[in-house]
Amino acid sequence: MPARITLPTLSVISVALMAAAVTMIFFVAPEDADQGISQKIFYFHVPIALTAYVLFGLGAWKALRVLWTRGERYDLESYTAIHQGTIFGALTLITGAIWAKASWGVWWTWSSNQLVLFLVLFLFYCAYFMLRFSVEAGPRRERISAVYALFGVALIPVSFLAIRLASDFIHPTVFTREGPQMTGTMFGAFCVAWAAIVVLALVMYSVELAGKRTDAHLRELREALGR
Amino acid sequence: MIRAEEVEKRYGQRRALRPVSFALDRGGFLVVTGANGAGKTTLLRLLAGLAAPTRGALAVDASRDRLGYLGHEALVYGELSAVENLELFGRLYRVPERRERIGMLLERLGLWEARRERVSAYSRGMRQRLALCRVLLHDPELLVLDEPFTALDEEGADRLDEELRRLVGASTVVLATHDQDRVAGLSTGHLALVAS
Amino acid sequence: MSGYVGDVVALARKDLLLELRARDTLPAMLLFVVSTLVVFHFALPQGAGDDAAYGLLWVALVFTALLGLARAWVPEREHAALDGLVLATGDRSAIWLAKTVAALAFLGAAEVVALPAFAVLFAPLDAAAVLGVVLASVGICVVGTLASAMAAAGRGREVILPLLVLPLSIPLVVGGVGASVSSEPRTYVAFLCLYDAVFAILSWASFEYVVTE
Repeated sequence: MPARITLPTLSVISVALMAAAVTMIFFVAPEDADQGISQKIFYFHVPIALTAYVLFGLGAWKALRVLWTRGERYDLESYTAIHQGTIFGALTLITGAIWAKASWGVWWTWSSNQLVLFLVLFLFYCAYFMLRFSVEAGPRRERISAVYALFGVALIPVSFLAIRLASDFIHPTVFTREGPQMTGTMFGAFCVAWAAIVVLALVMYSVELAGKRTDAHLRELREALGR
Repeated sequence: MIRAEEVEKRYGQRRALRPVSFALDRGGFLVVTGANGAGKTTLLRLLAGLAAPTRGALAVDASRDRLGYLGHEALVYGELSAVENLELFGRLYRVPERRERIGMLLERLGLWEARRERVSAYSRGMRQRLALCRVLLHDPELLVLDEPFTALDEEGADRLDEELRRLVGASTVVLATHDQDRVAGLSTGHLALVAS
Repeated sequence: MSGYVGDVVALARKDLLLELRARDTLPAMLLFVVSTLVVFHFALPQGAGDDAAYGLLWVALVFTALLGLARAWVPEREHAALDGLVLATGDRSAIWLAKTVAALAFLGAAEVVALPAFAVLFAPLDAAAVLGVVLASVGICVVGTLASAMAAAGRGREVILPLLVLPLSIPLVVGGVGASVSSEPRTYVAFLCLYDAVFAILSWASFEYVVTE
C-alpha cells in the first residue's frame, strides 16, 4: 500500500468520499422510474461486489508471492486481503438481499447469477478460514493458505460459467434483472460511490494489516525481552 | 559438507530451535545432544530438508537422493511387508540392483526371516530396523539419524553399531542421542543444544 | 518403466495394494452409495420426475467421493510415511498424481455399482450422462486429493474436507446434471473438460507446496 498517503489522510479521504457519495445518491441522483428508492442500494451493491473481486484477486496475488519467496509478510497481506474480501462478499450478499426484497419482495432469488456466484465464493472463502485455523502456524500454513487462495480465483470464472449454464435447466428466469439505464448524474453518483467504497476497502485493509503486523512485532519484542 | 550460521526455527510464536551455528566436514560424525524440547528433532529435520529455517543460513552439500533420514517415526507403510516397503522406496530412489541390495540389507539387519510379514505385525525394534534399511537403501552420503537407539532392541542396537562403524569415514553422519557414550568412540564433533 | 511415470505407477500400485489388503474404504463407499440411493427414493415426493432423481444421483456421488477422499492419506499418516515419500521423490507431484489415480479407481468402482443401481431404481442413463459422471469424477478426485492433503495437515482432519470440497464441486454437479438432463449435453461435457483441465494443472503444480515447507 502506498506509504506516501498516510493512513489518517486516507481515512479522512474515505469519510469525505462516503459523505459525497451518500449526498449524491440520495439527494442529487434522480429516482429510478421503475424501482424507486430501493434502486439506490444498487449504488452500493455493485461497487461492493467489484471491490470484493479485487480483494480476492489481491489475496491470490499475494499468495503467489508467498509461494515464490519465503515471506511471512506476504502471508499476512494475503490473509488480510481475503479476510476483507470475505467481509465485502458478505456485504454483497446482504445488499443484494435488500435489493431483492425491495425490488421483488423476496429475500433471495436464484436468478441473479451475480448473487449466486457470491454465495458460492462466500462458502469457499469461509472454508479458507476454517482450513487456516486448523493448521499450526508456520510455513506449512502459509503455503496451504496460499494454494487455497489461488484455487479461489480459479474458481471465480469457472463457477460463473457453471452458474450461467445451470440457469438453463435449474431455475427458470422469473425475475428479469434490469441493468439500470443510467443518466449522467446517476453515473456520476455511481462513480463517486465506487471511489468511496474502494477507498474504504483500502482503509480497512491497511488498518487490519497494520494491526496484524503490530501484533507480530509485539510478539517478537516480548520474546526478545523474555530471554 | 554442512554449514549452519545462526540457524533458527520458529512455528508462529513457538520457537523450536534457538540460533545455532556449526560446520561439519565430509566424513565427519557429529553427535547432537540436548534435553527434550531443545530442538534436536527440529535441527535434524532442517538438515534433512523436511523443514526450512526461519532465520539464518543453512547449506547442506548433499542432494536429496544422497541423503538418508531416520526420524522418530519409521516412515514406512504398516500394511506392506518389509520387502514391499523397500521395493517402493528403492524404486523411488532409483537404487541400482534393487533386489540384491534389499536382500543384503534385510539380512544385515536381521529382518530376512520376517521380510514378507506386514510391518504392522513387527515389534517396535523390528520396525526401527526396517527404517534403518530404508535409510541405508540408497547408499546416502549424508545420514541424519534422530535418536536411532531409542526404539531399538538389544540385537538391533548391536547391528546399528556395526553399521555405524562401517559408515564412519565413508559417509557423513549427524546423530542425535540422549546416550553419548554409545557413540563416543565414533564421533568427531559434538553439538549441545539448549532449550528456549 | 522409468522416471516420473514409473514413480506414479509404483505409488498408485501401492495404494491399490493397500486397499486390497485393508478392504475398508471401497466396501464402505459401495454400501454408502446404494444406501443413499434408497434413502433418496423415500426422500423424493410423488411425481417428482426424472430430473429430480438425476440431481440426487449427483448428491450421492459427491458424498460417496468425499467418503473415499477422507481416507486417501490415512496410510501416509501412520508412521509418517508421507515424509518418507517427500524425501524419496524428486518431483512431489507424482505423489499427488498417483493418489488421484487411486482415488479415481475407487470412485469408479463405486460408480460401476451405483450407476446401474440408479438406472434400475430411478431413471435410465444415456451415454452423455455416463460421460458426465466420468469427467466429473476426474474433477472431484483431482481437487479432492489435494484438499484431503491440506486437511490432513491440520487438526480438523476429516471434518474440514467436505467444507473444502463442496464449493469446488458445485461446477461439477452443474456439468454432470446438465449432461444428464439437457437437450444439449455437449456444452456441459465441454465445460467439465475445462474444469478438469484447469484444476488438474493447478493441483498438479501446487501439490509440492502443500506437502513441503
